[in-house]
Amino acid sequence: MDMIPQRHKVHLIARHAESTLWLARYMERIENLARILDVTNTFARDADDTRNWLSIPRINGDLVAFYKKHGEATQRSVGEFYLLDSDNPTSVQSFIAAARENARTLRALIATEMWLQINVFYGRIRQLNAANITPDHFTAVCGMLKDGAQAHTGITEGTLYRDQAWHFYMIGRYLERADQTTRLLDTRFHSLAPQTDAVDADIDAGHWNALLRAAAGYHAYRREHPSGYDATEVACFLLANTAFPRSVGLNLAQIEWHLTQLRTRYFLRLPAALERLDQLNGMMTYQNVAELAGRKLSPFLDYVQREIGGLHQDIVGTFSG
Amino acid sequence: MQASGASQTQVQSQVQALLQPHGTMQGYEPGAWFCEMLRPGQPQHPTLTLLMSRLAALPIESLRQRAAAAERDLLDRGITFTVYSDATAIDRILPFDLIPRVITPAEWQQIETGVVQRVRALNMFLYDIYHERKILADKIVPADLVLKNAGYCQAMVGFDVPFNTYVHVCGTDIVRDETGAFRVLEDNARTPSGVAYVVENRHMSLRVMSDLMTSLRVRGVDEYGLRLHNAMAEIAPPGVEDPQVVVLSPGIFNSAYFEHVFLAREMGVPLVEGRDLCVEGGKVWMRTTSGLAQVHTIYRRIGDDFLDPDAFNPDSMLGVRGLIEAWRRGAVAIANAVGTGVADDKAIYAYMPRIIQYYLSEEAILPNVDTRICAEPDALAYTLDHLHELVVKPVAESGGYGLLIGPHASKAQLAEFRALLKADPSNYISQPTLKLSVSPTLCEDGVRPRHIDLRPFAVTGRDTWVLPGGLTRVALRAGTLVVNSSQGGGSKDTWVLA
Repeated sequence: MDMIPQRHKVHLIARHAESTLWLARYMERIENLARILDVTNTFARDADDTRNWLSIPRINGDLVAFYKKHGEATQRSVGEFYLLDSDNPTSVQSFIAAARENARTLRALIATEMWLQINVFYGRIRQLNAANITPDHFTAVCGMLKDGAQAHTGITEGTLYRDQAWHFYMIGRYLERADQTTRLLDTRFHSLAPQTDAVDADIDAGHWNALLRAAAGYHAYRREHPSGYDATEVACFLLANTAFPRSVGLNLAQIEWHLTQLRTRYFLRLPAALERLDQLNGMMTYQNVAELAGRKLSPFLDYVQREIGGLHQDIVGTFSG
Repeated sequence: MQASGASQTQVQSQVQALLQPHGTMQGYEPGAWFCEMLRPGQPQHPTLTLLMSRLAALPIESLRQRAAAAERDLLDRGITFTVYSDATAIDRILPFDLIPRVITPAEWQQIETGVVQRVRALNMFLYDIYHERKILADKIVPADLVLKNAGYCQAMVGFDVPFNTYVHVCGTDIVRDETGAFRVLEDNARTPSGVAYVVENRHMSLRVMSDLMTSLRVRGVDEYGLRLHNAMAEIAPPGVEDPQVVVLSPGIFNSAYFEHVFLAREMGVPLVEGRDLCVEGGKVWMRTTSGLAQVHTIYRRIGDDFLDPDAFNPDSMLGVRGLIEAWRRGAVAIANAVGTGVADDKAIYAYMPRIIQYYLSEEAILPNVDTRICAEPDALAYTLDHLHELVVKPVAESGGYGLLIGPHASKAQLAEFRALLKADPSNYISQPTLKLSVSPTLCEDGVRPRHIDLRPFAVTGRDTWVLPGGLTRVALRAGTLVVNSSQGGGSKDTWVLA
């Protein structure tokens, strides 16, 4: 059913569709990075400070690049690498520059408010310097980044016209969320094998706490599981839960809805993406994740990450080249 | 400097009685220049008087705060243009002066009819030189000047465009001399820019100066996109019910990209780059998410040379291969047409009054600035003799580079230009230095007179429509006459009164 009686067919330039995906992904990355930095700074202050800070380059697959520039993972070095270093392609500096360039490409499609906020946000991020990442300012900077990214999300919700471009935007956002959650879970799960020792269990609790907070899921998880932490439960929560905004399962389901809209309302042909998604979705059940959690979650998470990348390629590949 | 002439002094003293004692306009003294606000020797318009009294009542601090807010706003909005010099590219805002330039209905009447007349003559001239060449045969314009002109396009010979319209969007640069007479400085018939600022400046006025605008009857400028789209639809190939129009831009790194965005938004059409278009089966297509979709009209903002590597510059990465051939076969309309550069050439400009007379049997409603064509021996001799009092312009350049302003030039600069002129006289024209009109402008030391010009925009499909407003550029540095944005100029909102 076509809700909008259309006077004429409104086309979306293929290149713009791709820019829309990327705009959403880069803005989402800024929020994710800010969350992880903030949580690491606040909740992961146990004896092994270096291991905690190092988990961030590990999540992002940046260990080699990080060690090329820094000797040790500390708040200062990791902060510099991710908040100030515009040569690092995974820094907020690079993310906002790329987001702004995509927004500029889309300037004719997005609302002035949306562009204006990105442009101002860009200016603010560009001005960050060494003084902003000292211990007394670190949280405030992470807060500023989260606020900026969330303001963007809100403005997008309130202003972006719900046509093809919006669907691509939302797909980009959900792809990124699914990807980030997988990464988060992957790195933490490595170091979080079940423990029996009471002291270790305390440390574990701290890690699960931090992990859930980084994904903005701590309170939701508490509500679902008031009794305590359990590796399998956390994995299920982050992968298969269908109510938690950053769970992989929910994001995949939302991607499916948007792809279906693109197919039925705009007659886009997306067979490869839909098929891949169908398969992936089938695995994101509590039962399946619970079964995997004890033994081989890590290879599974690698597989999910690859499939998410493949999904992006499938979608873009249908109309470019 | 004191104003000359009794009536001028009289009017000024009346108005200045209102301005001097307090407020924003304190110490404003336009001297011998024609002031667009005080307009000596012209009947006062009640709206202008009201605006002046409002301005005068405003503390200068308020004006400065508003100016700062406007500047911040322009930066935040990314309403910028890019200045390229050597290896650097810097995003700059076009400085906005918030004191508007006002045009009365009677003045607008002359500008509007004058621009329409000029656009008609330009289009008739272009049709003629690409078809029968009657004006050349009749020796009104030297044939060499046209046929050997770099802007003359062989591919256009014998080719017909809808309604014989070549110049769909024209920007006519108009100045006002010391007597208050409007004169055309140049025609921009290729891809004139600046219209986005006309509309954005109005929105800015409404944001920061709304109290000053209350109940003043200023004509709206928001219709531009609609009018442009209508014209673009009119020129689309016949038989297409709902033509697909696109704006073709060189991309996000172009200095005028902001304006390309503006045009696409205002028309509600895709903003494309050359790589988004292709020619297949003799038709022009754009690459969309659902495959190729046909394009019927291209409002292009890239130069002729870059449009099609097959037809022109083979190295161009910006254009679309095969576009010109598709156009010649009638599959697509291109605005402005290719080959209009010959008509807005500074050498042809000198002949415009005669061109208007030739095709329309009318006097130019908007006269030219007196212009000498250095290719003609008498004109060259005169120019060389009076170099220190003339402005000498190269005919092939634009943007205010490489021009000599005699009265401001050093001995060395004069000698250098003398040599340039002798070496290649046909590359130059000369004009008397203009006593450009001034408008009160917020400066470091208060509201001061600064020189301005005006670029109205005319849109032509079947007929010509002139946007009631225009880009008023202002030379922000004291004494300078060069208003170009690349040379430190700014802009003002232009109020055409209803």
